[in-house]
Amino acid sequence: MNYEITRDKIDIQDVIDKVISRNAGAITTFIGTVRELTHGKKTLHLFYESYEAMAVKKLEEIGREISERWPDAKTAITHRIGKLEITDTAVVIAVSTPHRDDAYKANRYAIERIKEIVPIWKKEYWDDGEEWIGNQKETVAYPDGRPEENELND
Amino acid sequence: MIKVLFFAFLKEAAGRESMEVEMSGETLADLKKKLSQEYRIENLETVMAAVNEEFAPDDTVLEEGDTVAFIPPVSGG
Repeated sequence: MNYEITRDKIDIQDVIDKVISRNAGAITTFIGTVRELTHGKKTLHLFYESYEAMAVKKLEEIGREISERWPDAKTAITHRIGKLEITDTAVVIAVSTPHRDDAYKANRYAIERIKEIVPIWKKEYWDDGEEWIGNQKETVAYPDGRPEENELND
Repeated sequence: MIKVLFFAFLKEAAGRESMEVEMSGETLADLKKKLSQEYRIENLETVMAAVNEEFAPDDTVLEEGDTVAFIPPVSGG
């Protein structure tokens, strides 16, 4: 299972171990962590929710997209949900490829795609309130009910 | 029967995480209209929807047993 949603603390080495390969010359690891300050506002903790069945499918889809672009790449992604404290690890992405440039690029591709198509939502809690991120500002609207083709393919 | 799922701020706005709606042969757009008119669930125009765990456009025809999930702008990572 290279693509997982978990409620438990993520073991980073476990994710890396999934992409170890004799053909690999590089493994890049992205570790997304919970930040305390956003634009000067202090976060107390976060809560992540997911549509788990679909989220796993979408993580697998990202893996397939990476394999199309970088055929020798091996990818593993684990995203944590539930309550997370400051400095906790929310997501780990490991990618191995024969050469380092591809490993960096494919890993960057994975995190950007997670932020576009994987049904996971973050709620921030502050001293003076709480808010689901990506909602009321309505900076992202989907008039056709789904992402535009260019968003899905970029 | 169509199963409808809500997440994140929509779950709080709708006051529930799921519901069942009696309809078949109508579109996703029809379902949005019905939820807005009969259940006062607003803001569905600005969110994506998935039918059976895959993103789907408004003109998707819904069949008996389908699961429709409303997907607010995601914020994982």
